[in-house]
Amino acid sequence: MSYLFHWGVFLEQASSSETYLDWIISGLKVTIAVGLCSWIIALAIGSVLGVMRTSQNKWASGFAGAYVELFRNIPLLVQLFIWYFVVPELLPGGDAIKKMSPVTQQFLAGVICLGTFTAARICEQVRSGISSLSHGQRNASLALGLTSSQSYRYVILPMAFRIIVPPLTTEFVNVFQNSAVASTIGLLDLAGQGRQLVDYTARPYESFIAVTLLYCLLNVAVMMLMRWIERRVRVPGFIGSK
Amino acid sequence: MIEINNVSKAYGAFQVLIDCTTQVAKGEVVVVCGPSGSGKSTLIKTINGLEPIQKGDILVNGTNVCSPKTNLSKLRSKVGMVFQHFELFPHLTITENLTLGQIKVLGRGKDEATEKGLKLLERVGLKTQADKHPGQLSGGQQQRVAIARALSMDPVAMLFDEPTSALDPEMINEVLDVMVELAREGMTMMCVTHEMGFAKKVAHRVIFMDEGKILEDTPKDEFFGNVDQRTDRAKQFLSRILHH
Amino acid sequence: MAYEFDVSLINPANLKVLGEGMVVSLEITLTGVLVGIVWGSILAMMRLSSIRPLSWFAEAYVTVCRSIPLVMVLLWFFLIVPQLLQKTFNLSAATDLRMTSSLIAFSLFEAAYCSEIIRAGIQGVSRGQLFAAQALGMHYGQVMHLVILPQAFRNMLPLLLMQGIILFQDTSLVYVSALADFFGRAYDIGERDGRTVDMLLFAGLVYFVICFFASRVVKRLQKKAFI
Repeated sequence: MSYLFHWGVFLEQASSSETYLDWIISGLKVTIAVGLCSWIIALAIGSVLGVMRTSQNKWASGFAGAYVELFRNIPLLVQLFIWYFVVPELLPGGDAIKKMSPVTQQFLAGVICLGTFTAARICEQVRSGISSLSHGQRNASLALGLTSSQSYRYVILPMAFRIIVPPLTTEFVNVFQNSAVASTIGLLDLAGQGRQLVDYTARPYESFIAVTLLYCLLNVAVMMLMRWIERRVRVPGFIGSK
Repeated sequence: MIEINNVSKAYGAFQVLIDCTTQVAKGEVVVVCGPSGSGKSTLIKTINGLEPIQKGDILVNGTNVCSPKTNLSKLRSKVGMVFQHFELFPHLTITENLTLGQIKVLGRGKDEATEKGLKLLERVGLKTQADKHPGQLSGGQQQRVAIARALSMDPVAMLFDEPTSALDPEMINEVLDVMVELAREGMTMMCVTHEMGFAKKVAHRVIFMDEGKILEDTPKDEFFGNVDQRTDRAKQFLSRILHH
Repeated sequence: MAYEFDVSLINPANLKVLGEGMVVSLEITLTGVLVGIVWGSILAMMRLSSIRPLSWFAEAYVTVCRSIPLVMVLLWFFLIVPQLLQKTFNLSAATDLRMTSSLIAFSLFEAAYCSEIIRAGIQGVSRGQLFAAQALGMHYGQVMHLVILPQAFRNMLPLLLMQGIILFQDTSLVYVSALADFFGRAYDIGERDGRTVDMLLFAGLVYFVICFFASRVVKRLQKKAFI
């Protein structure tokens, strides 16, 4: 099978001001932006949900449980399409959304979709982290006279989050991978640019290898970051809970 | 100081505590013993409201633990508790373990809390470990810190839930020594323990529980001295445990 | 601002089309799971073996698959593999290889995830079991066959089934290769009739119902089978 690899294609002019390499870099930037924004939203919502899930209050725990079931049983792509096509139609302020530029709409839909989707998974991680701590920790903090919320804030959550750094790393990596789905609604992230490149340059192998390598690099960067965080927050002498 | 009146508790269909009544006067040291599953740990956890009860009531220094109007947080800050598995907070240093309750619950200033914490650490003989984390200490050291942590809140009474059961044999004495000293200073104490030597040394009364009921509640000398007058179950327990 | 939902969309003609799409989705799911388990088991054994090159290959395979988005893999297979296969097998350019390339893509991808579950399942059986079996005089094959794998399988079956449910959801991604699965068909009907909102919500509902009940069944199985 003869195929001449032409790696110089990346330096060719795509338009008057950009090379194809610029396109890929721009795609990478979009992916990083989507990933980070979604991750922040997911952490915020997911942590709150995780605490609700373990609370004694039946309403809180039930609501969080329902949220997780809803977002885990619908495919990500379907959720994305619903955020992009359906929500502007049904939401009262929807017309304002429809008037925004397409790129903004795509970015917003992508970030909100990915954020809410990942929040469900983070909720389960936080919940498992909290329940892996022995009851004794909660009892000890309450016995001192700390209120329930003080107990969560100063004793339970600091340890729970340290325990779940490894699974959270996996989720963080997944966020960047899942972000590729946003290319289906037209967002020009890394995957989207990859596809465009194939269309414009008719050089599928180089384009895909480049994009794949960049996703792998992104992965490696995330894992190194999380490993650094894990080292920083490690508790001396603590091997595992229970 | 502590009054337990006709307390009953069930987990679903299983009766854990059946009509328990007893008192602990100020300055008294009461030891609670009995076989596994007799409900003794549960009983002691009802005193500061960690375990809710279905029937009866509990009064600590006149305050009803079970009343919805009671500020549980405030009540708990006045009663110290030491757990079988120490339960120090692993992510905080020893000093921080001792000051967390003081600062967040009692509202003391950081300097005041730290000073008190270090004084108590010295009292249990662990001043040099102040900046370490619990995971770096041995079991016996952790338990002594746990006692210091409970004392840092200036409690009116101390509850001990099998404080030496999870320790290596070599470390039991260092913890018991601290507890004996505490008793001799006049602290009101209720201890769930198997350490009969400790009971003989400083206890005023011994309570024996089995299957959720209080079978014996007698002065120490009666309990150990006059074994024939004891209930059959207590006799059985004593004969097994004292000939270890 | 009440949105008028058009229930007439749920008519026999549409249902037939949606049904065909669902068959495609299920076909891909089943193939992906079965091939994934088989290839995944082999990968797991390779990873656990003491032959360095095999173990290294399996590790690399799994790491790469877990680093690339599934969307990319599907796009890659959609754009590149048909040409490759046509050249290799001398097929005509008109042959519709979308289904084949999707099946291959999913199988290869799923195998990586399955192999991790299987590996964890095997390693999760306590070493004490291995020692006890060996102490009885069993050789490696007997130990694996009679003691380790039965226990490992009971622990990993629920996880493999959950992975299957995830795969079922992921089949919606064949949208990028214009292969008409359930979601693709639903969206097409929506576009054609100008009722994307209704059809998207309907698709979401169907997926939710199927996956919710499927995961309930798996959870019950997990409780019964847990060692």
